[in-house]
Parts: sequence; C-alpha cells; structure tokens
Amino acid sequence: MKLLTHNMLQCTVKGVTKGYPLKIEAVKYEEREADFNPDFLRHIFPKIDFPALREAAEALGVTDLPPQADASMLDDEDFLRKFHHALMEVHLEEGALICPETGRKFPVSKGIPNMLLNEDEI
Amino acid sequence: GRVNLSRPDHKFWVIEQAADSTNNGLPPNMPTRVFIGREVAVTDRTVATKYELSRRQYLGPTAMDAELALLMANQALARRGALMYDPFVGTGSILVAAAHFGAVTMGADIDIRVVRDGKGPNRDVWANFHQYSLSPPVGLLRADNNCPPWRQDLREIFDAIICDPPYGVRAGGRKSGGRKILNGVTDPYSIAEDLKAAHIPSTAPYSLEECLHDLLDTAARLLAIGGRLVYFYPAAREEYLPSDIPGHPCLRLAANSEQILTKRWSRRLVTMVKVERYSDDMAAAHVAAHEWFRKKQIEESKLMRETEEAGDLGGVGEGGEKGDRKGEKKGEGERKTGRSFHDLVFASRADEVAGIHQEASVRGMRDERGEGGRGTAGTTDGAKGAGSGLTRKAAKAAKQASRPLYRAKCV
Repeated sequence: MKLLTHNMLQCTVKGVTKGYPLKIEAVKYEEREADFNPDFLRHIFPKIDFPALREAAEALGVTDLPPQADASMLDDEDFLRKFHHALMEVHLEEGALICPETGRKFPVSKGIPNMLLNEDEI
Repeated sequence: GRVNLSRPDHKFWVIEQAADSTNNGLPPNMPTRVFIGREVAVTDRTVATKYELSRRQYLGPTAMDAELALLMANQALARRGALMYDPFVGTGSILVAAAHFGAVTMGADIDIRVVRDGKGPNRDVWANFHQYSLSPPVGLLRADNNCPPWRQDLREIFDAIICDPPYGVRAGGRKSGGRKILNGVTDPYSIAEDLKAAHIPSTAPYSLEECLHDLLDTAARLLAIGGRLVYFYPAAREEYLPSDIPGHPCLRLAANSEQILTKRWSRRLVTMVKVERYSDDMAAAHVAAHEWFRKKQIEESKLMRETEEAGDLGGVGEGGEKGDRKGEKKGEGERKTGRSFHDLVFASRADEVAGIHQEASVRGMRDERGEGGRGTAGTTDGAKGAGSGLTRKAAKAAKQASRPLYRAKCV
C-alpha cells in the first residue's frame, strides 16, 4: 500500500467523528521504484493532506519531507522528487492502519488494506 | 522540414478513388478523385489482440473482454497522468486497459481473495500488469462500495471511474453487513476481541439499484470536474427504457451504447461526465437514501419470510434462511431457481453455467465460517475466482458471448 492510498482513507465505523488520519503500524515495508511523473504529482498535490503524508512517511522511515508544503514548491525538482518518493515509492506490505479515535485496526496484508467493517460497525 | 521516411513527424495519406472499371485486372488508369490529408489519429485494432484474455495470466469469469476494456478506457479518456479507479476491480482487466493508455490506476473489491491472493504467486492482479510491462495500480484495497473508506473531505481526485458493477441480486454483488442484521432478524452482534483479527465480516446481497446509487454518489463526490464515469448497465431488451439509466445532479449523460448479448439481454455502456460540484445537501440525501434502502430490505425480507412460512417457496429469492447456512445448499438453490445475469452473459454454454455453480457450491462447502455470510459469499467468490481450467473456458465463453454482437446505438 502506497502512501497515496493511505492519504485517501479514514475509519468509517459508525459513530466515529474523526477517523483521520490513520496511524500506521508498520511490520514490513520496503521501497520500490515508481515512474516519476511530474504532471501527475502536480495534479494530485492539492488533494493530498500534506501533514498526514509527512507523518505516515516518518512511520515508514522517510524523514526528508519539509514540515509544510504549498503549490509554489512544485516548481522545485528537489521537492518534487521527495514528494514522489514519499507518495509513490514507499510501500507498506504488512501491518495495520489504526483509527486515531477508537484504536480500531485495519489490517494490511500483502500490501492490501482491509477496510471492511464488522457487523456492528456499519 | 526534412523528410524522414523511417521516423516521420507527420504522415500524409494520398487516397485515390477510381470509377468501377476494369482494365484487365490492372489498376485503373485515372482516378476519379484524389484525397490528400495529414494523419491526425489512427485506430490500432492489433492492440486488442495483444491484451486478449486467453493469454492473460490471471483471469476470472467476469474479466472484461480486452477489446471492450479498451473501449471503456477510451470512453473514460484514459491518458498519461490521469488517475482512474475501479471499485469492482476483480482481476484488474479494466485497469489493464486504462494503464495501456498511460493512466495511473487504483482498484478496490469486497472480495479479498480475488484482489490480494489471486490464484497464487504470479497469478494475481500484479501479474496481469507485469505481463504487459504496464505500471501496476498504485493502490488496491479491500473495500465495500456501499460503505466506502474514503476520507470525508476527499473530493474530485479521480479523473475517471471505470467499472463493470455486479449485476445480479443473488449471485451478484455483496455489501457489508450480515443478511440477518440487514433484514432486521437479529441485532448487530459484536465479535470477541481475540477473534477479531481472523474475523471475516458477513456480507449480504447488494441490489443493482442500490449498487448504482452508491456508484453515482461516489462518482459525484470523487470525480474531478470533467471527469468521467464509465460503466455497464444490464438491460432486458424488451423492457429497457432510456430513463432506466440512473442519474445524478452532478453527472451529465454523455453516451449510452448498446451491446447486444442475447435475444433477451443486452448491456449498455454508459458514459457520464461530472459537471457540478458535490454539495452538502447531496451528501445528506445520500445518507437518507442509504437508510431507505436498508428499511426497504428489512421490509422485503420480512415479506419473504412470511410468504415462506405461509407457503412453499423454500430457498428461493434472497436465498432464504435455509440457504444461508450451507453454501452447498445455496449452490443447489441457485441452479434450481435460475441463473444470475452474469451467468447468462458470461456462460453461453450450459456446461459453463453448471461449472460456475459447481465451483461456487464447492467453495460454499469449504468455507463455513460466519453467519452463512461466507457460505453465501462463496457463490460470488466461485463466480469470480474459480479454478483454472474452468475460468479459461469461461473466459473464452465470455469472449464469444460479448464480442461479435456489438452494436453501437447512442441514445
């Protein structure tokens, strides 16, 4: 699971008001090269919750993102590369995503997060 | 500029049209008309052969025919740098087509075995992309289209949503929530803490109507302005009316083409364009609709139970309570009471249909966990991720069933 995906998810258990951002419990993760596509990155940047991305990246050993980011930084190739690396190249293979409000764990296995809710959560 | 015959920047075509005349079999002396033009775009029909399902690493009976998948991707304007999503990704056949055009792809499915495990190493969704040297999806999730996991404030992130939603009620789509809970027979139950990790949530039948309602809401919410929703809508040809196609204030219908499958059934390739922003009112309306579907389901199931108790239906309709407990029984019930739309569409030969159901009932026998949810899910699972020999046959039947009868008719 890449951090792009993580950035889009939240805990949707009934009754939870702030199920975002999900904390990462990283059991197995790795870095995998991905196509560097600056157009795509610029296009997706406004949709990304940057602080959440930064926090998630740190859980996966990536610490070179700046504390804040705005659109003007997208012209800087260095920033684009770091953004690309955190968003698309770190991959959580095994672990869990944890709801910040309830602690409910969404397991991640073989890189696929299981976001299905149990019978009493819908 | 300079002419470069091996790698031209522009190609020009000269087309001569001659009167119908004979010249002892030689080309006519004088053309009656000559056309000269610059090549602007060219279709490439060989592409469909490249992605032919019969050569695909990982298949399921509902894998989309390669040519149709490419058509869908085209309708969705798949292009380099665009982000496209399939909420019913299955084996990834539609996303493969989108990736061919350079799109970045993402998929979800409620069935984790299809999306995570496939049929083993090198026979899973990733293998399908690797096979064609395509960039793999940036995300695959196990998620329910009816209870989607998206961040609440997420908007306008996808350039397209392309999918083939489950059509049937019985052997078709699933959504979260045990049948008995959704039907109001039992209260929602909690899973003991130590069993939670291994718990497989029950699922219930997901009607086409509710499925499309949820799909349109997701599209209205998550498509960028100008982005497209492309999906297949099943239609009984004699009863179909253009007004059957569901609508949404955010989406404008751009295309609706018929693909004839059998004398009785066709499906329509629907293309919708996002034209308006999603509002809080729409969000509230969706929540209300979700509740309405639930209530309706409870009432219908109550009616069903009362009818069963009064008479002799047993095992028909939504599977009945008896059907639930043993997947095997459910499989038999399926055979007796009729085939799902997917069976009709994708298994034009009787042995294929029997094969899919047999596989489904075998799965039902193996997986007895849960409140019958797993047993019933077995029916869908069988239809989606069955054994190797079977699905290749089914894929061939699918190709035969869905290919030669294509007829485009924009309504």
